[in-house]
Amino acid sequence: MSKMAGADGDDSLYPIAVLIDELRNEDVQLRLNSIKKLSTIALALGVERTRTELLPFLTDTIYDEDEVLLALAEQLGSFTVLVGGPEYVHCLLPPLESLATVEETVVRDKAVESLRKISHEHSPEDLEAHFEPLVKRLASGDWFTSRTSACGLFSVCYPRVSKSTKSEIRQHFRTLCSDDTPMVRRAAASKLGEFAKVLELEYVKSDLIPLFAALASDEQDSVRLLAVEACVSIAQLLPQEDLEKLVMPTLRQATEDKSWRVRYMVADKFSELQKAVGPEITENDLVPSFQNLLKDCEAEVRAAAANKVKEFCENLPADSRETIIMNSILPCVKELVSDTNQHVKSALASVIMGLSTILGKDNTIEHLLPLFLAQLKDECPEVRLNIISNLDCVNEVIGIRQLSQSLLPAIVELAEDAKWRVRLAIIEYMPLLAGQLGMEFFDEKLNSLCMAWLVDHVYAIREAATCNLMKLVERFGASWAQSTIVPKVLGMASDPNYLHRMTTLFCISALSEACGQEITTKQMLPIVLKMSEDQVANVRFNVAKSLQKIGPVLENSALQAEVRPVLEKLATDQDMDVKYFAQEAMTVLSLA
Amino acid sequence: IPPEGIHLLQQQHTDIISTVEFNHTGELLATGDKGGRVVIFQREQESKNQPHRRGEYNVYSTFQSHEPEFDYLKSLEIEEKINKIRWLPQQNAAYFLLSTNDKTVKLWKVSERGRRPEGYNLKDDDGRIRDPSTITMLRVPVLQPMDLMVEATPRRVFSNAHTYHINSISVNSDYETYMSADDLRINLWNLEITNRSFNIVDIKPANMEELTEVITAAEFHPNQCNTFVYSSSKGTIRLCDMRAAALCDKHSKFFEEPEDPSNRSFFSEIISSISDVKFSHSGRYMMTRDYLTVKVWDLNMESRPLETYQVHDYLRSKLCSLYENDCIFDKFECVWNGSDSVIMTGSYNNFFRMFDRNTKRDVTLEASRENSKPRAILKPRKVCVGGKRRKDEISVDSLDFSKKILHSAWHPSENIIAVAATNNLYIFQDKVN
Repeated sequence: MSKMAGADGDDSLYPIAVLIDELRNEDVQLRLNSIKKLSTIALALGVERTRTELLPFLTDTIYDEDEVLLALAEQLGSFTVLVGGPEYVHCLLPPLESLATVEETVVRDKAVESLRKISHEHSPEDLEAHFEPLVKRLASGDWFTSRTSACGLFSVCYPRVSKSTKSEIRQHFRTLCSDDTPMVRRAAASKLGEFAKVLELEYVKSDLIPLFAALASDEQDSVRLLAVEACVSIAQLLPQEDLEKLVMPTLRQATEDKSWRVRYMVADKFSELQKAVGPEITENDLVPSFQNLLKDCEAEVRAAAANKVKEFCENLPADSRETIIMNSILPCVKELVSDTNQHVKSALASVIMGLSTILGKDNTIEHLLPLFLAQLKDECPEVRLNIISNLDCVNEVIGIRQLSQSLLPAIVELAEDAKWRVRLAIIEYMPLLAGQLGMEFFDEKLNSLCMAWLVDHVYAIREAATCNLMKLVERFGASWAQSTIVPKVLGMASDPNYLHRMTTLFCISALSEACGQEITTKQMLPIVLKMSEDQVANVRFNVAKSLQKIGPVLENSALQAEVRPVLEKLATDQDMDVKYFAQEAMTVLSLA
Repeated sequence: IPPEGIHLLQQQHTDIISTVEFNHTGELLATGDKGGRVVIFQREQESKNQPHRRGEYNVYSTFQSHEPEFDYLKSLEIEEKINKIRWLPQQNAAYFLLSTNDKTVKLWKVSERGRRPEGYNLKDDDGRIRDPSTITMLRVPVLQPMDLMVEATPRRVFSNAHTYHINSISVNSDYETYMSADDLRINLWNLEITNRSFNIVDIKPANMEELTEVITAAEFHPNQCNTFVYSSSKGTIRLCDMRAAALCDKHSKFFEEPEDPSNRSFFSEIISSISDVKFSHSGRYMMTRDYLTVKVWDLNMESRPLETYQVHDYLRSKLCSLYENDCIFDKFECVWNGSDSVIMTGSYNNFFRMFDRNTKRDVTLEASRENSKPRAILKPRKVCVGGKRRKDEISVDSLDFSKKILHSAWHPSENIIAVAATNNLYIFQDKVN
């Protein structure tokens, strides 16, 4: 910015003046920019004017775009110093209060977050005098947006207020739990857990448990399912002997809820629930519940439960773990392997391999291996992929050789799948497989697949195949590369299809570093240089790009004697792109 | 039907109206039209000197909700016509509504602004740029009262989820989700998420040549969040329970009236197609409209409707010509009054019908400027079927089929109705002493 302030004006005021005016600019981006620099404005105005002028203005700015309001809500959370310190922190309440009533959830949540943050900066007196009345106003507001916001504020002021105010807060929370609108009941249900944490245990039992039970049997599915989450936090707070009486009836009811969404939630939160209720209840209650969820009539629920199989088994008490898995869980898992829904099967396939470490070698061979083999033959590619991607767990326990017989056909089939995304996925597992299966097996069975992908008709596959080669060379070493890969890659340089010729260049760029100077100079460089004569301009400019890439691997003498003349010639090419990339390469390699 | 009769409250001239809907309090009335516009009317506050004359609806906000579009991939024009409007329960001082055309649902916010910030640093009060050297102190804008401004802003656009034409939208009682139904599919949306919806009903056959039935309307139950119904072109209604499964391809109830073989004709299937389905406010009943009748069903009885009302049975003999001029495919809507005791639906010749479910009385009224002066009681109309026409009767042959009342709405708690007659909106109210 040019210096515009004259001799009479104050130099430092002008930029601030611009910022203040841009708070109302038509361009959202400028308004946003100004709001993000609100602290600069406040600093220039001083604490007094910030309190008396800026904050009242901001309180009425709630008509703006969401992103501006979101930034404002966030800024105000760390504004305490700018209004004069904790003594005046309550001045920030009015603008945050109005932001807590807007319809946009992210803005409201951010306003609540900032309110929670500044609540800690209130002295106990200010909390009673200013903050708590705000919570009450929101809690009894006409519109449900303000009441939902109130739900998130009870827990921060409760521990720091007087006994009588505490009782009022509990009353407000009770009221909101039975609010007319499901929005508010949902907000209350989702904050039940955190409120329980700050409440005295006697009130948890006398006040919250009945509310919890009521929300858990709400007529709205969307409220009931949130009570499942509250189950976890409440169970953590209560002594073990109270769980059976106070939590388990509700949890049992949720596991058998008529709505699949509620049962889904139970399945989704199963590991947390398991940890919260402890080993004894898990054994008596959760195991049968888990079996039911694995056999649920809704596929979404079965899939969510299948996802938890490994974690659930891991967290079972050590002394009875194997018995429970073998007698209760494995029979259900066996059925899921042939489930009608592919999402269920693929969820299971993503965790089932993990069971082998828990069950040990003998059980894995006898019971799990048949399941793995069945899944490797599944009609759905995602199931096969999930098994293959987790091979390392099994390798540790029984060695991969047990599987290799079935593995190979599965890999080959995926490698040739009609969907290119499936082919792409399997390519990504090749380095992993190569490590597990060893060089010999790889050369014999998989190498040809890797080479075939280089001429795939989808670019993404050719690109991934190139990258795969690089990783294989990193694993198996340069001499392996020289004997197996390099000849085939270089052979493609004279392919009639220019796309394949370009693949050669891409491979060389990717492999040169892993292959080292000797192979690069002696075998790769001559081919690249020869290709600079190619008829297709795309090939020629990729020659320039490749040279730029392999240049650092080459000796300086080769660079000067062989690369420079070729690049110089390409720099005078009739094609613009060839010229451009040749010049770029020369600059990068300091040959210009 | 109010015993004192009803009178014309006011009339508004607009573009061809395609949907009418009161909000939950009845304070606002929204109309959508063929040009993609939404017009919102607000009820006048009760005035002190005329306590009984309360209630005219004045234009509150007008905005362009949808624009004509062109789908380049399918070479199809997408009309801007508003097919449905649904109000959301009020969540703060602003009002929210969903409006949809054939393909895209939009969430609109209508809010008021009564104050405006004033005072710039770089400009003086007349808008002239100030010399920067004269800026010696900072000015923070101050809010000043201004004339009330109502603005409508699009908050969400829910697009790319419908291959066919959207015929219905309905907000769930959880206030969190809504559904949109087209000819073959129903999708479930979260009101806050625009890039994802869940398909809950799909009746598209693998082979489109096997298509025998389309979805004509769908609605959520007013208080059971898991229940919704959809009607079909075959005259049946399916009730689905979303608790049972994620995909509701299996209905839990199937409402169908056995066909009367004596009435069977070439037109049977066409006239049995359901054009609208509405739950009663209590949630105990639902009402369906087909070409000639309106039926009330008890949700607990699937085998036949509880009540059947003839809307214009005199047209039964004219189906052939109604088929030729395409009128037979008109989609009439139907509405309940606030206490579910009276139902209303439209007909031709600017006639609309009301049926009192308790007294079994029914009446035909006419929405027209010529035949009703403001505040005059509407005279019941009669259509004569026989050869002999009595005074005040109109013969079937002289009915004007281009004047049809397809869309209407009933105030949620009072006897105020809004009736759309092509490009006129009539608001009627029962007579107050």
